[in-house]
Amino acid sequence: MVPGFSQAPGHALEIEDLHKSFGKLKVLRGIDLALAEHEVVCLIGASGSGKSTLLRCVNLLEPIDAGRIVVGGQEITGRGVDVNFVRRAIGIVFQSFNLFPHMSVVDNVTLGPRKALGLARPDAEDRADELLARFGLADKRQEYPDRLSGGQQQRVAIVRALAMQPALLLLDEVTSALDPELVAEVLEAIRELAAEGMTMLIATHEMSFARDVAHRVCFLDGGLILEEGQPEQIFGAPREPRTQQFLQRIVQAGRL
Amino acid sequence: MKIFLIAEVFILVFALAVAVLRSLPGPVFFPVRALAVVYVDLFRGIPTILVIYILGFGVPALGLPGVPVDPLFWGIVSLVLVYSAYVSEVYRAGIDSVHPSQAAAARSLGLTHGQALRFVVIPQAVRRVIPPLLNDFIGLQKDTALVALLGVVEAFRQSQIDVAGNFNYTPYIATAIIFIALTIPMARFTDWLIARDKRRQQAGRLA
Repeated sequence: MVPGFSQAPGHALEIEDLHKSFGKLKVLRGIDLALAEHEVVCLIGASGSGKSTLLRCVNLLEPIDAGRIVVGGQEITGRGVDVNFVRRAIGIVFQSFNLFPHMSVVDNVTLGPRKALGLARPDAEDRADELLARFGLADKRQEYPDRLSGGQQQRVAIVRALAMQPALLLLDEVTSALDPELVAEVLEAIRELAAEGMTMLIATHEMSFARDVAHRVCFLDGGLILEEGQPEQIFGAPREPRTQQFLQRIVQAGRL
Repeated sequence: MKIFLIAEVFILVFALAVAVLRSLPGPVFFPVRALAVVYVDLFRGIPTILVIYILGFGVPALGLPGVPVDPLFWGIVSLVLVYSAYVSEVYRAGIDSVHPSQAAAARSLGLTHGQALRFVVIPQAVRRVIPPLLNDFIGLQKDTALVALLGVVEAFRQSQIDVAGNFNYTPYIATAIIFIALTIPMARFTDWLIARDKRRQQAGRLA
């Protein structure tokens, strides 16, 4: 452990002074954020504000330039960290689902548990079937992803992440690629997870959903968390002018 | 036909290995990538007939102990080396065509780079490159005739012998028909494979 670094017990995720650039473009310019266990935090902000990049950094899909990320008390950004081991404990669901099109639903869900966790196929399938049933997908287990609706695909992607039994789930604008009438079923699945106490960091454009489900909302602007607070405060009485502007645009667009 | 079958198996495996080596990330693997590039450049650049001459006549002539002198062996080695260079590029195009988000999704589940390639990227890549692969295999099928230069008797050589025997050119036609009779079923088989795959993945699309 690094001396001087706060070891707050019960923190599922701690991000300290995280910087990330793509070439000359500074996407994250010093993010500080901590999630308690069972906490649900929503990241809001305009496109390009760094929400997705932040999530991808937490899952080590993007190498970071500076700063520190600690998951369950273990620093994951240090040297010699086994990234494959770290990723098993952190689930991520992508905007575009990213299901494996050449595999059936059940194979999509069991791939991680079988290959990364070393579960035998029957055990992995038991786990998958239980989760698929919970999310109303039991009859889709043998289907291929292209034969499912977007909402079903995204729920499969959530199940695929959950099959790894992660301690932390990252959701990257998971409803942005869906037809409007399919958004509700996916949000409902996430609400259930929140009710069960899953720790989640959620980048979203669905403001009313963020208001419902989040314990805390962070407004990202220009690669920084400009304002954070309870959902009632952020949506009801935002302090920062930039937050006010952003929310005003959302209201004008009829999205809140 | 025997030459073709043996060579094809080795080419499929060896070319995939070259393509994977060439796709390895990071500066650590630079020498491996460089080696793969040199190999591909070299064997795509030299005419097949020259490779066959050099390996088929040259290597046995060195008289090295323990090195096979069988022209059939060296003929197959030449074809494998030349065609693997082409086929590895086909594989590489296939690997590059699989969107990086697929590998990211696999890695996010905790799979290693190798596992992501093996279970997610390569299966999709191979499905996409079946038609160009077939192209190369038809080429290979025809180039087996070049091995005759080393004295191996395959269909073309046999027809030459027959023609020389009685000045009747029909054996050439017969040989051409044999080649076509082999390649056309292969083409239809590939079409069937692709169609089956499409059906399975896309039929009855809902939304």
